[in-house]
Amino acid sequence: MEVILIFVSAVLVNNFVLAYFLGICPFLGVSEKIESAVSMGFAVTFVLTLSSAITWLINHYILIAFNVPFLEYVSFIIVIAALVQFVEMFIRKTSKTLYDALGIYLPLITTNCAILGLALFGALREYSFIQNIVFGIGAGIGFTLALVIMAGIREDLELADVPEPLKGAAITLIIAGLLALAFMGFAGLISA
Amino acid sequence: MGSTENLGDHTSMRSGPEFIKGFWKENPTLVMLLGMCPTLAVTTSAINGLTMGLAVVFVLTGSSFIVSLVRGIVPKQVRIPTFIVIIATFVTMVDIFLKAFLLDLSKALGPFIPLIVVNCIILGRAEAFASKNTALMSLLDALGVSLGFTATLVILGGVREVLGMRTFFGMKVLSEGFEPWIIMLLPPGAFITLGFMLGAKNLIDKKRKERKEH
Repeated sequence: MEVILIFVSAVLVNNFVLAYFLGICPFLGVSEKIESAVSMGFAVTFVLTLSSAITWLINHYILIAFNVPFLEYVSFIIVIAALVQFVEMFIRKTSKTLYDALGIYLPLITTNCAILGLALFGALREYSFIQNIVFGIGAGIGFTLALVIMAGIREDLELADVPEPLKGAAITLIIAGLLALAFMGFAGLISA
Repeated sequence: MGSTENLGDHTSMRSGPEFIKGFWKENPTLVMLLGMCPTLAVTTSAINGLTMGLAVVFVLTGSSFIVSLVRGIVPKQVRIPTFIVIIATFVTMVDIFLKAFLLDLSKALGPFIPLIVVNCIILGRAEAFASKNTALMSLLDALGVSLGFTATLVILGGVREVLGMRTFFGMKVLSEGFEPWIIMLLPPGAFITLGFMLGAKNLIDKKRKERKEH
């Protein structure tokens, strides 16, 4: 039951992009076309799921076991950078189609704050191993959802008459605000 | 903020422009759209924005300085991991400092202090500037960019605080008759306020350009 709650919370109620502001850079940068938004969302979900498992293991079997919590940030970021590199090599060897589809988005994930944010939130909330992985998957799906909705709106926006100074990033941010407002409607789903 | 750019155009010192460009022409938040996560997440009040900004000032100047010192020694292939480790070290220092001396602020900012590690402003400056320039120039560049970032954060936090809580840096500025806009303190308020700030900057730039042409 608690696992389901964590999942729903990460996807809708506490959406990583719209409530925690994590992963805003790709959210603004890669939300012009639905196809690229889907690819980016897929890549991020993949890395989020993997890193949620690995950072949990690092946190519990190295940082807590050896009592070196001050190494948390350094070790998390190194693991994430190495993981993204590894995933990139793995996908390139196994599936050329997937590699081409993800393209430039894969290496960019290292500096996506959603990944490090997930590791930090997971450690802060003291999730169990399974809970942490579900949290990772949920966060990834939530990110994809927000990104795809945004891309859909921005494709239509090309036809809209936007005031000159608000064109580009400004109107995107305002739309994100309205989306965040809409997502607040999900708050009643979970009482906590 | 507006007048500083004119100074930058006329100064004869080479170091002047490096310092000043971060405030307006190359403002990391409003022009380059970097470091959006902390910008939006922590600016529920002016003091939170200021704290976050100063933390970034420390991390960015410290790491830029070190990066420019080691730029000749580090092999090209491993430079990004090296930069990230240097940055993460400075962030850990800030985090421990805040926990020791300003516990309330540290709690308010939560995981967004450690998230400075992946703030693209810092890695961006390390890669684009500090790895190619002398220590002094990197220091000036880092100071300018991070103070520009701080200024943006304080303004954004200030607007949200005034409209959302009727206060500015904790002081009452609006009368009781003004109904606080709670939405300004919630995530949508952050997105919308920043969106309009971007719009305002574009408008000012456009007006200024028109005046120059006439």
